[in-house]
Amino acid sequence: MTDVFQLLVAGLSIGSIYAMAAIGFVLLWQTSNTINFAQGEFVVLPAFVMVLFLTVFRFPFAAAFVATVIVSTLLLGLLVKKVLVERLLKMGVLPLVIATIGLSMLIRYSLQQFWTPLALPFPAIFSRQPIRVGGVIFSSEEVMNVLSAAIVIGTLQLLIRRTKLGWAMQAVAQNRDLASVLGINVSRLVGVTFMLNAALTAVAAVLIAPVYLVKYDIGIGIGLKAFYAAIIGGFNQIRGALLGGLLVGLVETYSAAYISNQFRDAFALVILIGVLLLKPEGLLGIKEEWA
Amino acid sequence: MRGWRTLGILVGAVVLLLFPLVLEQYKLYLASLTLVYLILAIGLNLTLGYAGQISLAHAGFMSFGAYAVAILVPLGVPFEGGLVVGVVIAFLWGLVLGFPALKVKHHYLAMVTLGFNIIVFLVLRNWESLTGGSFGISGIARPRWGPVRFQSDRAYYYYILGWTVLVVASAHWILHSRWGRAFRSIRENEMRAEVVGVSLRNYKLMAFAIGSAYAGVGGALFAPLLTYIDPGAFTLDRSIQFLMMVVMGGLGRFEGPFLGAVVVTLLPELLRASEGFYLIIFSLAVILMMLFMPKGLVEIWDWMVRKMTRRRHGPAHPPAPPEPAAVLEAK
Amino acid sequence: MSLLEIRQLSKNFFHLSALSLVSLSVEPGELLGLIGPNGSGKTTLFNCVTGVLRPSRGHVLFKGEDITKLTADGVYHRGISRTFQLIQLFPEMTVLENLLMAAQERKGTLFSRLLRRDETEEMDRALNLVEYLGLSGVKDNLAANLSYGQQKLLDFGMALMPDPQVILLDEPMAGVNPTMIKALVTHIQDLNAQGYTFVVIEHNMEVVMSLCRRIVVLSQGEKIAEGTPAEIHDNPAVMDAYFGT
Repeated sequence: MTDVFQLLVAGLSIGSIYAMAAIGFVLLWQTSNTINFAQGEFVVLPAFVMVLFLTVFRFPFAAAFVATVIVSTLLLGLLVKKVLVERLLKMGVLPLVIATIGLSMLIRYSLQQFWTPLALPFPAIFSRQPIRVGGVIFSSEEVMNVLSAAIVIGTLQLLIRRTKLGWAMQAVAQNRDLASVLGINVSRLVGVTFMLNAALTAVAAVLIAPVYLVKYDIGIGIGLKAFYAAIIGGFNQIRGALLGGLLVGLVETYSAAYISNQFRDAFALVILIGVLLLKPEGLLGIKEEWA
Repeated sequence: MRGWRTLGILVGAVVLLLFPLVLEQYKLYLASLTLVYLILAIGLNLTLGYAGQISLAHAGFMSFGAYAVAILVPLGVPFEGGLVVGVVIAFLWGLVLGFPALKVKHHYLAMVTLGFNIIVFLVLRNWESLTGGSFGISGIARPRWGPVRFQSDRAYYYYILGWTVLVVASAHWILHSRWGRAFRSIRENEMRAEVVGVSLRNYKLMAFAIGSAYAGVGGALFAPLLTYIDPGAFTLDRSIQFLMMVVMGGLGRFEGPFLGAVVVTLLPELLRASEGFYLIIFSLAVILMMLFMPKGLVEIWDWMVRKMTRRRHGPAHPPAPPEPAAVLEAK
Repeated sequence: MSLLEIRQLSKNFFHLSALSLVSLSVEPGELLGLIGPNGSGKTTLFNCVTGVLRPSRGHVLFKGEDITKLTADGVYHRGISRTFQLIQLFPEMTVLENLLMAAQERKGTLFSRLLRRDETEEMDRALNLVEYLGLSGVKDNLAANLSYGQQKLLDFGMALMPDPQVILLDEPMAGVNPTMIKALVTHIQDLNAQGYTFVVIEHNMEVVMSLCRRIVVLSQGEKIAEGTPAEIHDNPAVMDAYFGT
């Protein structure tokens, strides 16, 4: 029985990381109709950058973290938006999708070629001391993961609900033309959203690195799970992406423990299909009225 | 314009027919693979490019053709029979998948088709008695007509070429008929299309079914080319690969799949000389192509065509001097 | 029997009542005007008649047949055509292709359309229309590249292509210069004389009063008046609807 709880925390831990990637994904979709196929690599790249700051530049942890977030925000947020999104968005969804596919390949193989094809050892952030609660053992990493993610996501929710920026984002998500007419600088807002996404994935990178082995190709799996999480939870709600991410994490963890390898990912996929068939707008999604 | 096009086709025919005689094995394999991918790209271009229906299920339909051939031929069914069975199954499932397309659009449709692809993959992987599960099926035989065997790489290349010609010709017919225009009308303005009498149901179902049928043909030819297939060949990655071909070639343009299939298949090979870097260069090429030619490589094609023709010729039409009054026949 | 009969038609969007128990009939060969302030439900009425929207209640009968539940392509096949307030064309097709598109589904079955490639009849008709509407110079241009006025003419042409019995025009004069207005009015009168039935939504009162012999007035989803131009002109309820509180 203690197993169940331990797995619960483990599942929530990895799930909250997926949730952050999924939330960024949904934000990008909502405000700019971008399906970012490179989202997984947006997590991997900051992880590598973090290692760079820690090992080569020998920054203390906090400084390295801040530096990583800044680099990620500028590179994967601002730069990507200026170079790719601005030009391609007006051509419809597909050219941008293909461009992000190309971007994901570029990041992945550049890391493989110019850095290392091997797994990167990543220093643990939180102490490895296990925490005991009534006979159940959790690793402090897992607990901190969940807490950090909760803080980040909570802050994000506040941002979206209570600030002018957040309202502008909601407005653009609902009706871009109207928002523009109301004086919102849509282009700038899209830029801000991209930077926000890059910051989210940077945080996710730092949390995930000790749990996963950081390697150039883990982006594929992460990106796919973020995508599934967004679909399951609902593409048009942040809460949906949160729920989706946690669900994916939980299903993954429990099926790894209880179900044979063969059927492990099948289980998660079956849930995905179930959602698609029964409630395609996602568990928490809102049915979009066909305009 | 006619002169140039005929010349182009002749040159193309010569290249396709004679070049393989001098190619050695790996290059011959690439040529065959490009033709197979061309067939698949033509199918997806019809569904997505012309009719505007997004489909991430293309690899799933491809697998129907591949597995049909792989399973039936060892049982004594002639290759063409297996191909037809695969195509029919793909066509029917394409119809099935067309129904959600009537209800949902765009990213929802993308997700539904993705779901279909996943289901197919799971079935292929888990129905071991039929498909060999993760181990796949090996030793897939190439077609034979009695004493004539298409076993050698060269012979099989010509067999594939034959089917490619059939596919291209039929696609040309369909897309230049009223169906082609109807598909385009759905893509450009679905509401208006329905108001001018286009049955969205019929045409969307056909767009899916025919596109899937072509995928089935491609899959059936794919299996003996590799002589081994497993479910891993038909995942989302594969569907995305075709998506890349169609978008990079030029959505909704007849030349699109040709350009797309060639570039996506051959460009990485051409770059292999740079060893480890070839994927990096290829991905850069993809990004740059999208930035500078978002409508696809047809943009270059069109530019070349414009350079070569002095002025645009309109469609030939009979002279019609009407009187403004009785222009339209009264009932 | 009226050609087109609308009985107690209602349309609700969630809690908003866009149309409420509207009844009217259109006689063969008529030129009926449909007017009313913005938001009174005129376009919604067109949408319900042509199958773009499903009415919440009520019926639409065409030549005695109940067409209420038909989709837009079904309505098209029965012989009702329309234009749009916000121009709806096929932007990447040429003018000629747009016109051909408007006629190609008329005859035959799905499969005959695949097999039959001969389009001389439709092409002749399209070319005649192009001349008639003064679009000869741009017949091979993409619809997206036309001027607003040319697009309006093309929209009009597309409504005429399938040789319909009833043509519903939604604000054909909106945003159009006076010369073109005169041309359009002449075209409509011409065609009406040839036997085509028209229902015209318009805000341009001059045009409506001179063109239409009978007018129906909608306000806030309800029919508030019906009659000749003179009767409508003097009707206080109509003035109220447009200018009242």
